[in-house]
Amino acid sequence: MAGPTIDALGQFSLTTGLGNLGRAVNFTNSNEAMLGAAAVIVAVFALGLKSKALVPGRAQSLVEMLYEFVHNMCVDTIGEEGLRFFPLVFTIFSFILLGNLLGLFPYFFAFTSHIAVTLALALFVFVFSTGVGFYTHGFKFLKFFVPSGVPTWLLPLLVPIEIISYLSRPVSLSVRLFANMTAGHVMWEVFAGFMLLLTASLGVVGAFASVVPLSLNVALAALELLVAGLQAYVFAILTCLYLHDAVHMH
Amino acid sequence: MRRISTALLLALAPSAALAEGTMPQMDFANPLTLDQVGWMAVILVVLYLLLSRWGLPEIGKVLEHRAGVIAKDLAAARAAKLEADQAVSQLNATIAQARSSAQAEVAKAVAEAKADAAAKAAVLASQLEAKLAESEARIDAARAAALAAIKPVAAEAASSILLKLTGSQPAEDKLAQRLDEALAARKAA
Repeated sequence: MAGPTIDALGQFSLTTGLGNLGRAVNFTNSNEAMLGAAAVIVAVFALGLKSKALVPGRAQSLVEMLYEFVHNMCVDTIGEEGLRFFPLVFTIFSFILLGNLLGLFPYFFAFTSHIAVTLALALFVFVFSTGVGFYTHGFKFLKFFVPSGVPTWLLPLLVPIEIISYLSRPVSLSVRLFANMTAGHVMWEVFAGFMLLLTASLGVVGAFASVVPLSLNVALAALELLVAGLQAYVFAILTCLYLHDAVHMH
Repeated sequence: MRRISTALLLALAPSAALAEGTMPQMDFANPLTLDQVGWMAVILVVLYLLLSRWGLPEIGKVLEHRAGVIAKDLAAARAAKLEADQAVSQLNATIAQARSSAQAEVAKAVAEAKADAAAKAAVLASQLEAKLAESEARIDAARAAALAAIKPVAAEAASSILLKLTGSQPAEDKLAQRLDEALAARKAA
């Protein structure tokens, strides 16, 4: 049967971006989106820092709100020592947030829907926080895997569980973001494709019937906006939590 | 909500993946899948350097400056309030002092006036008493004079009455003695 089919996953396929130069160095379309996200962040900062007014304007308020939001998140979760990691957490948070948000626009690539990207970010957070733990506590950091106040005979059981749960952190961290973003975009594509299918197979009746998937997509847009912000927040707060564990060991 | 979307993904993705082959995200044979991570690292490092060296410290400075200005203004306001409170308490103290000194002044004036009046009254009383005594003395003298003046008249009247009644002249000294007795009895009554 000829006609439109639902290509739900085509939106995630990687191509090279930036023309011939990009093709030569394997600069992908997802990297284009990352560059866009970073450019938007820097542009918002430049705009917000233009006047440096005592009573901030709109752009300055936006940047200050973002700053204080992540700042408070760092201080509340990690403690005062968390301010060392504030620029890192801010970079990760703003990068993922902008990636999620820009990915919601049609024809924009959602790079957070790639497991390679989210896993790389999560592995970086994992390795970094583990490094901070060993840097702060030395080999005493291994005590982190020995829960206190537990009978000795339970330890052979509990220590492997602790280690497995610790090692599963990057997996859950990366899959959570990847799955949420992929699911949202797949659903969008499926419902949109369904509209084309309805119209192609049922004609005028199908065109009217496609109001249903269209309204579903509108509702889904609101949900995806929420998910985009929420998942960036979850990633950042879990990063803070892991850093808290590394700094305080409990 | 997340669970729902994940469940939907699980329901939808396999069928779609079957239709299209595999998910592009899982296509690790494609060199682009891993190469994008390398470029992401480059972009993230640049973004991190820009934010940590320029963006965030600048925002921090703006916020710190604002906090400083607010703290300074608050301190100034507090100082002004303290000053005003001090001025008010000073004013109250001055008023209280003025009131007490005025009251003392009034009391002193009243006491002075009283003493003055008492002294004047005493002087007046003594003057009046003296006048009274003088008047009494004068009355006494007048009465004595009058009594003294009565005696010859009475003696003359008595001797003439006696002459008419008895035809003889009474003895001068006896008459005088009787008269004195009678006068003394009158005076006593």
